[in-house]
Amino acid sequence: MKYLGVELQKPKVGVFDFTSCEGCQLQLANKEGSLVDFLSLIEIVNFREISSDKSDDYDVALIEGSISRADEVERLKKIRENAKILVALGSCACFGGVNSLKNRFPIEEVVTEVYGDMPKETEPVRRVSDVVKVDLCIPGCPVSKAEVERIVVNLVTGAEVKFPKYPVCVECKQHVNTCLFDLGQLCLGPITQAGCGAVCPNGKYPCLGCRGAFADPNYEAFKNIVAEKGFSMEYLKERLSFYNGFSGAYKDEM
Amino acid sequence: MKCDLNIDVHHLTRVEGHGNIHVKVKDGKLVDAKWAVVETPRFFEAMVRGLSHDLAPVLTARICGICSIGHALASLRAVERAMDVQIPKTAKKLRLLAKHGETLQSHILHVFFLVAPDFYNVGSVIPIVAQHPDVAGLAVRLKGLANDLCDLVAGRTTHPVSLAVGGLTKAPSKDDLAKMKIAIEERLPDMLATIDLFASLKMPAFVRETEFVSLKGVNEYPWIGGDLISTDGVVKPEDDYLAMTNEYVVDFSTSKFTKLSRDAFAAGALARFNNNHHFLHEKAREAAERLGLRAVNHNPFMNNVAQVVESYHVMLESIEMIQALLDSDLKDIRADYKPTAGKGVGAVEVPRGILYHCYETDDSGIIKKANCIIPTTQNNANIHYDLPELVNQEMARGKDENEIEKLCEMLVRTYDPCISCSVH
Repeated sequence: MKYLGVELQKPKVGVFDFTSCEGCQLQLANKEGSLVDFLSLIEIVNFREISSDKSDDYDVALIEGSISRADEVERLKKIRENAKILVALGSCACFGGVNSLKNRFPIEEVVTEVYGDMPKETEPVRRVSDVVKVDLCIPGCPVSKAEVERIVVNLVTGAEVKFPKYPVCVECKQHVNTCLFDLGQLCLGPITQAGCGAVCPNGKYPCLGCRGAFADPNYEAFKNIVAEKGFSMEYLKERLSFYNGFSGAYKDEM
Repeated sequence: MKCDLNIDVHHLTRVEGHGNIHVKVKDGKLVDAKWAVVETPRFFEAMVRGLSHDLAPVLTARICGICSIGHALASLRAVERAMDVQIPKTAKKLRLLAKHGETLQSHILHVFFLVAPDFYNVGSVIPIVAQHPDVAGLAVRLKGLANDLCDLVAGRTTHPVSLAVGGLTKAPSKDDLAKMKIAIEERLPDMLATIDLFASLKMPAFVRETEFVSLKGVNEYPWIGGDLISTDGVVKPEDDYLAMTNEYVVDFSTSKFTKLSRDAFAAGALARFNNNHHFLHEKAREAAERLGLRAVNHNPFMNNVAQVVESYHVMLESIEMIQALLDSDLKDIRADYKPTAGKGVGAVEVPRGILYHCYETDDSGIIKKANCIIPTTQNNANIHYDLPELVNQEMARGKDENEIEKLCEMLVRTYDPCISCSVH
């Protein structure tokens, strides 16, 4: 690929999956219109889901999933050693994601519930940054392919990677949607990091905060609106904890 | 010929999730052949307890990135049957249309991105893009169409947004549906070219007689709900899914195994075809004939061919369904309901076979107990018992270790295992 007439070196990219649904990896194969151009920009050297080729020589490691077993910790540490840039891809990698709902219960009880008297090894769910240094977080459940493409182009061309500094509400308004609070729903759009294009509110489904808190959320005002509209704090907390994207932040304030 | 084999495929590639193949042959005698899933378990059945019923489909869609629409639909059906919610007819049709989008997306992803590289002797679809741009073009255009259909009806392909308890939160506009109908019609030549392509590929000639389990069609090819049927003659109502699956835990795999009349059974496109081929669209039936697929077919590699046939079927059926939707009004798409205590099963034919979700709710609609049985879980034992048979047959044909290893990998791939799903 050439940029301003200069031949750029293709970065070697490895994609690695941990405790997850592999949906974020799948996004890399989506957006078919620009897929061939996207693949021409990078050299994929390790992507087990779509390729049999394997290599430990990569610049960028995209990490999908949360960490819930000792062997995952070891594998993640090795990847960290090999990679120049380690990116947490998606809500599971960034925050623990829906997998964190497991942490509400004692681990033995969870194991017995599913496997009975033949237990399988598992640990409480952790974020990738709880185990190794993370250089960049791309949130979303799943990630937005458009955003991943933009970020990868920025990494390749050396441009600064920026995220919106406003909440999902702004993107929702750009789509001229009726506010979901006015339709009787509790929506986390006012406090959630934008960048998804408000995909859930566009489908008339309330935001559940998969991208985590935006830079400057006004929890107090949000809590007042939620109470005014007649929702219980218990109902709010169930939604806030769904992707674990507000952990720490709301516990003190709500 | 006396030979020794030591096949040890760690983290098989071009499948969803982590699984290993172990085969050991000493002096021409098979000592061990194993399909071992080593994926980290996620415990969704435990996680969903205590959640509001309307969050269960949102959470369980996250069991899988590929078949999240199918999980949402099975989950919705389980919640709705537990609380006796009757959804409007238009919503039923729109949900099935979203499912058709997912079936097409998943089948095309599998046959082109995951399976085709084996036939071109390359490691991935990436060299195919350079060496056979015509083939890559088919894959990209058909998959793009499928994703557009999912996006239009479900709001998103991976982890749908508009499928909600009672029906849908939003219907697509008639204008967009009319455009989608034209888009599908315009892609039919690509589908015919895909059929031509697969007619030219020679599937490995491996046969092991097995039992096939699917939903039982009534007047049409089955996708959502209804009785369960097997090629060995077992018929059970949807609610009796536990008797159809007999799930059990094994020590070498984090994914469970199942059985019915024999040691193992198969679910998926080939099982659906074997049980319900007479309900396929006439043109899809002709395509099956051209591709050499006749019921009851016991060659697991023909599952890829059945996926191609089903892809054509869902395209044809989607065109007819969209026309029916355009002729109706799209207003009544969501039923009102009050949360109640109950127990409900949702059985849905997702790309890899029947998916079951079952929930118990309390008076306020909180999930008290959940069970999910995944198609790949149902196929695990069949893969496991296919392996030794395949190795023995290929050794008898004098194949060498590399050839047998490749065939073992291809065998697992043909089932299109969704391992993260199976270790939910």
